[in-house]
Amino acid sequence: MTAVELEFRHVSRRYGELVAVDDLSLTVPAGKICVLVGPSGCGKTTSLKMVNRLIEPTSGRILVGGRDVMAQDPIALRRGIGYVIQQVGLLPHLTVGENVAVVPRLLGWERPRIAARVDELLALTGLSPHTYHERYPAQLSGGERQRVGVARALAADPPLMLMDEPFGAVDPIVRERLQNELLRLQEQLAKTILFVTHDIDEAIKMGDLVAVMQVGGVLAQFGPPADVLASPASDFVARFVGADRGLKRLSLTRVGDLELEPAAADYTPQPGQPTLEPRTTLKDALSMMLDSDVSAGVVVDRDGRIVGLVTYQRIAAALREGGKEAARA
Amino acid sequence: MREGEPLIEWDWIVRNGDLIIGRLVQHIGLTLIAVGVGLAISFALALLVYRRRSLYPPLTGIAATLYTIPSIALFAVLTPITGFGSILTAEIALVGYTLLILLRNIVSGLDGVPADVREAASAMGYSRWQQLWRVELPIALPLIIAGVRVATVTTVGLVTVAAVIGQGGLGQLILSGLRSFFATPTYVGAFLSLALAFAFDFALIKLQRLLTPWAAGRLRNS
Repeated sequence: MTAVELEFRHVSRRYGELVAVDDLSLTVPAGKICVLVGPSGCGKTTSLKMVNRLIEPTSGRILVGGRDVMAQDPIALRRGIGYVIQQVGLLPHLTVGENVAVVPRLLGWERPRIAARVDELLALTGLSPHTYHERYPAQLSGGERQRVGVARALAADPPLMLMDEPFGAVDPIVRERLQNELLRLQEQLAKTILFVTHDIDEAIKMGDLVAVMQVGGVLAQFGPPADVLASPASDFVARFVGADRGLKRLSLTRVGDLELEPAAADYTPQPGQPTLEPRTTLKDALSMMLDSDVSAGVVVDRDGRIVGLVTYQRIAAALREGGKEAARA
Repeated sequence: MREGEPLIEWDWIVRNGDLIIGRLVQHIGLTLIAVGVGLAISFALALLVYRRRSLYPPLTGIAATLYTIPSIALFAVLTPITGFGSILTAEIALVGYTLLILLRNIVSGLDGVPADVREAASAMGYSRWQQLWRVELPIALPLIIAGVRVATVTTVGLVTVAAVIGQGGLGQLILSGLRSFFATPTYVGAFLSLALAFAFDFALIKLQRLLTPWAAGRLRNS
């Protein structure tokens, strides 16, 4: 199913005197990943859970594909929205295959269709159906469980996915791998994804859009990660993204996006000079340059031809340029 | 015991084979009815608690009170109402004793379903009853069966006491042996009752492995 737009319109959630989410308005275009990021108590998880009505808003409207969630049957609504949480919540008494099949079965799909879909999803999430189909959740590692959780959420091909700190409980190496795989999957699937994390680096990496929230459920800034890093809207956002936000921006830009220093036709790289590809991030490029005696990196294309040079000045210029663009936007 | 009598007269056992088997069958029947009815009542009560939590303390209070009444006293109290020697008298008491353990284990089993599993189940779109039947009860099953095991073994023992009101299966063998100072029926009754308790327990362990293979996997892995 194609992706749908998700819109929060003046959504608030209060618990008595306590305001968990305060007048949240934002729109996630269809097929984009929007990351809600902020410290504990900023209302990011509450916001996410209001989308599938695990929590109901006190006021305001949430529209999924233009339809108000409060006007829909919550059971049917939830079956149409993928949901992934940190603790995964796999059903311990069902096998991996049965866990992935839960929503299709609730929707009453025919058996052969479910079986085919389960195998397809296990393969898609990097779990060989032959090995994993009959295992129980207790027999899996943390990373494997999280993959099953993602496969399960995708089972009925929902146009919208909610992911609440999905990679918060796995070790950093597995987390990075799962993040990369989700981004790779997203290139194919192009779902609308609302993703919650407290980790600004994860937000920058995963988000097409980042919504920085602060305690009291207030939306502090909403925009593409590069803009949030280049021009934080408030002191809170600046502190939250960190003093190294300039460095963080480097990981968002690739060598190929840079205006390169032209190299002479007979340019010969010196020994130890870093070789960069167009898809190398500026962060990695800078790190390699700092590590080497030569203060410029050679950029080579897929065929090994030298296309230009990266210098410190070029990197700094790119950051300044990005900052100006963000300020204009 | 009479002078010079052997501990067990095998002749008597052979001669009274039909009687012994009859008592054994009766004992099994009384146990199964008690545990079956007890489970049905406890299950209904547990569902009430599931809907309305405030009922749990009073219900366990009543069940605990029943549990503390000495069985002989309970048989004596019931006899004028439901009749001497009636199955009903025996079963009311026997069922009463199963309720505390069964109710507690069913409710604890349901309480033990992890919060993340509940949340994921709700978020996937199980309705409340689907969630109870397809998620929470299956996950509670190991604890429920553990309760059934304790209730069953206890009941096998308690059934023998019902011999005082003319029921009691193997208990009647035990009682007749005591009354006539002839040890063999007592030993046979006691031995078979013990064996029956072991057999039920073994069968229930097997049943649990069959019904909850996932729980075995969890143990192996941890």
